[in-house]
Amino acid sequence: MATYNTSEFKSGLKFIMDGDPYTIVENEFVKPGKGQAFNRVRIRNLKTGRVTDKTWKSGEKVEAADVMEVDMEYLYDDGEFWHFMEPDTFEQHAAPETAVADIKHWLKPQEKYIVTLWNGTPLSATPPNFIELKITDCDPGVQGNTAQGATKPATVETGAQIKVPLFVEEGEVVKIDTRTGEYLSRA
Amino acid sequence: MNSWKPNTTQQTRLLRAQMLRHIRSFFDKKKVLEVETPALSQAANTDPYISSFECQKEKQTRYLHTSPEYPMKRLLAANSGDIYQICKVWRYGESGKNHNPEFTLLEWYRLEFSYHQLIKEVSELLHQLIPALSQQDKIYTYEDLFLEKFALNPHIASQQDLIDCVSANIKGLQTKSLSRQDLLDALLSHCIEPDFNDKCLTFVIDYPVTQSALASIRKEQGYTIAERFEVYIGQQELGNGYQEETDYQRNKHILYTENQERKKKQLDTMKLDQNFLEAMKQPIPECAGVAIGLDRVLMCLSNEDTIQKVINFPWDVA
Repeated sequence: MATYNTSEFKSGLKFIMDGDPYTIVENEFVKPGKGQAFNRVRIRNLKTGRVTDKTWKSGEKVEAADVMEVDMEYLYDDGEFWHFMEPDTFEQHAAPETAVADIKHWLKPQEKYIVTLWNGTPLSATPPNFIELKITDCDPGVQGNTAQGATKPATVETGAQIKVPLFVEEGEVVKIDTRTGEYLSRA
Repeated sequence: MNSWKPNTTQQTRLLRAQMLRHIRSFFDKKKVLEVETPALSQAANTDPYISSFECQKEKQTRYLHTSPEYPMKRLLAANSGDIYQICKVWRYGESGKNHNPEFTLLEWYRLEFSYHQLIKEVSELLHQLIPALSQQDKIYTYEDLFLEKFALNPHIASQQDLIDCVSANIKGLQTKSLSRQDLLDALLSHCIEPDFNDKCLTFVIDYPVTQSALASIRKEQGYTIAERFEVYIGQQELGNGYQEETDYQRNKHILYTENQERKKKQLDTMKLDQNFLEAMKQPIPECAGVAIGLDRVLMCLSNEDTIQKVINFPWDVA
């Protein structure tokens, strides 16, 4: 069984604890001048998304998680599962709501996502950093108003609420940064 | 790929050069002699909490030093007088925002000094190096810190009291496999150090005897304490000093005990440094010594928040 020593800890490392898969969010090495060192670690449970703090005595080991990140195309949801497909093999994977809860509003069919699989089951999906989406609802555009920074609320085709400049019209396609939810430009 | 590039700014590189010049002039004025000792030795540090890098070639094994303590004491035994050294040292596995496995140490020894006198000299040097230190130094005994924070005397508290204290104060740490010293270390580093003021130096003195390393010890109120100190800026530990143990028998006993501790922890035992022990048979005057991590001093000077930003080529790109 593969293990990781605390000296291998770094952000993104995935391991198993009490039967659940975790990822390391932040790892801090703490050592008094002479004496026992500790790794103070912020970890995220990949099933529940919960973030907790944990401290290991340096030199202890954790069990490595058999976690893979695979590029997949989003297909559709059936109300219970969100379906993704590996484009090369056409193999389909059904993700439970917990896996997509955080990014549901960025899910657009045919778009590519990074899906994290644990023992073959999707745990989470990460949208591309930039995505182009159609505006489905917003107030009419105000022509000629180019005031810097003035925005209005808009809804895009995936249901996400964003802020767009006043001149953007319903039906237009805009480019959005999914990490911040910010409008970047007209597509 | 940008990994060829240095991690530092030119300003930080200038500050490092200036710091080194200041240190050399400081010791020059005090007639403390700069010395060099080997980086690759035949014997390694026995300290169970420090891991040495091993270098192997054909049938030879040598160890990168983790501090120049043993050979500098051999110089003291040969009447070198007061000495200092600025050198690179290596500690396996110590990696984090305040740790780089290869780092620069300033270590010095003063004859006829008590560790209290040495604390004054450390303060004098650090105030010269770091003008931003605006408040007066604070000095606490290890005992006072624990009494104040937890109403617990660290020298005599029971193992169970310490376990209860750790469970109550540190989230998510399994206490099962922790020794008495581990528990104290956890409380100090997680709960006490974060309270230290970052505008002044904090000295912690008089450690539990289990943490004596090569410091001399004395009996006080029915328990034994180690004549050791550590110096901090805020919660950043900068250095570690001792009233040096100069007795041959006790030095030998300490190295032997550390190796026993290594066995218990299922670590490799280290060959005792016989040259060091042989030197300890010489009559050595009472002396105090200290080692300061210069990269951390430079972090304070340059206001950088990670050690990687003050080292041109830190571990991952070295």
